[in-house]
Amino acid sequence: MLKNRIIPCLDVKNGRVVKGINFVDLKDAGDPVEQAKIYSDGGADEICFLDITASNENRDTIYDVVERTSKKCFVPLTVGGGVRSVEDINKLLNCGADKVSINTAAVQNPDVVVESSKKFGSQCIVVAIDAKKVNDSWKVFTHGGRNETETDALEFAKQMEICGAGELLVTSMDRDGTQIGYDIDLMKSISSKVNIPLIASGGVGNLDHLLDGIKLGNANAVLAASIFHYGKYSILDAKKFLDSKGIPVRI
Amino acid sequence: MNVTIVDYKSGNISSVINSFKEVAKGKVNIEVTSDLNKIKSSDKVVLPGQGSFKSCVDALNNINGLVDTLNEFAINNKKPLLGICVGLQMFADIGYEETETKGLGWISGKVLKINNQNGKFKLPHIGWNQINIVRKSKIFQNIENYSHMYFVHSYEFIPEDKKVILATTDYSSNIVCSVEKENIFGTQFHPEKSDKIGLQIIENFIKL
Repeated sequence: MLKNRIIPCLDVKNGRVVKGINFVDLKDAGDPVEQAKIYSDGGADEICFLDITASNENRDTIYDVVERTSKKCFVPLTVGGGVRSVEDINKLLNCGADKVSINTAAVQNPDVVVESSKKFGSQCIVVAIDAKKVNDSWKVFTHGGRNETETDALEFAKQMEICGAGELLVTSMDRDGTQIGYDIDLMKSISSKVNIPLIASGGVGNLDHLLDGIKLGNANAVLAASIFHYGKYSILDAKKFLDSKGIPVRI
Repeated sequence: MNVTIVDYKSGNISSVINSFKEVAKGKVNIEVTSDLNKIKSSDKVVLPGQGSFKSCVDALNNINGLVDTLNEFAINNKKPLLGICVGLQMFADIGYEETETKGLGWISGKVLKINNQNGKFKLPHIGWNQINIVRKSKIFQNIENYSHMYFVHSYEFIPEDKKVILATTDYSSNIVCSVEKENIFGTQFHPEKSDKIGLQIIENFIKL
């Protein structure tokens, strides 16, 4: 049986982890490679890097991080943040990323999704949808959630499936950082609309939230950041909990 | 010993390279090339494959003499070859992704889209699934039955002769996820992305 995946996400800025695990025995707590290794040794089903480097001159730092990580971690590595073009995707894949997530560029130019999925295969193209409730529907936001668009999130999700996305990473902007749980309605609505896997993101504060994301939100994978980084729970804690609730996980 | 990973300019093979180099630890030479002479003289060959069946077959055919060289290596000289993902699928006679495309024809059978049972099963089949080992094989040495492996695919290989099947995985139906025919081995899952247990399979292949 296919297992539900647990994916820790690390924010990386200028090649350094911004929010991450704070273990005393870490030689260099800011090194994304060391952090990724801890997660993969701890049973993470996949590792996600979100590059939040703002300045253009430091954009290349992520390539070095990905290259070094892929030599140490032998679980899938997804990299997103600032991916603009087919060439950016090519570079990340060549450095050792297994999947690349595309956010703003997918909204502004869906051809990037069409072209890249044709060129590299759908299996490595993840479209990241940042959605926020506006009146009675969810709208897509771009540029790290700063810019509102007129695009309806549900329709956009379907469009991205047709364009060739292999997976959707759906983040609720309303819930991100709140630790009150995923936006279950959003996850459920998108999941029932598409036939590709959905990764739920945004709002996890405890293990029940992971359970809800899978059970109620119909997510195939759950992504979380802070609950793992600050040692509140380990990946194994999360898996044991989900297993005890009858959710299939890899232990 | 020389192990050659065939670089035929189709898809992303850096993870395959990294994992083989990790296992080889400098003791075994890992070549990444499409040079026909280097392939001919190597002891083992790895045939990775990402993207569609058609794009991979096209890419193989784009390199003059490559298919002949692989045939000579695997069929005439019977040297060990490991196909990963679409690399395994290309063993088939024919594939139906995008359009009907001829495969290498090394193991009789066809490659069809996984039956998603009207949307009940999402495709691609992405993530960790357990393998059910149905036949003993050297490449599964020290691998426990029902181990988890990492999968990413929408198409499955259906061999005519069921005796070639080494393992299956349960997704919509029992999907063939590993085959062995004499010196030819294949995994539908990605050993290079399946953590320590996957690296063990790579080590088993290198040690053959």
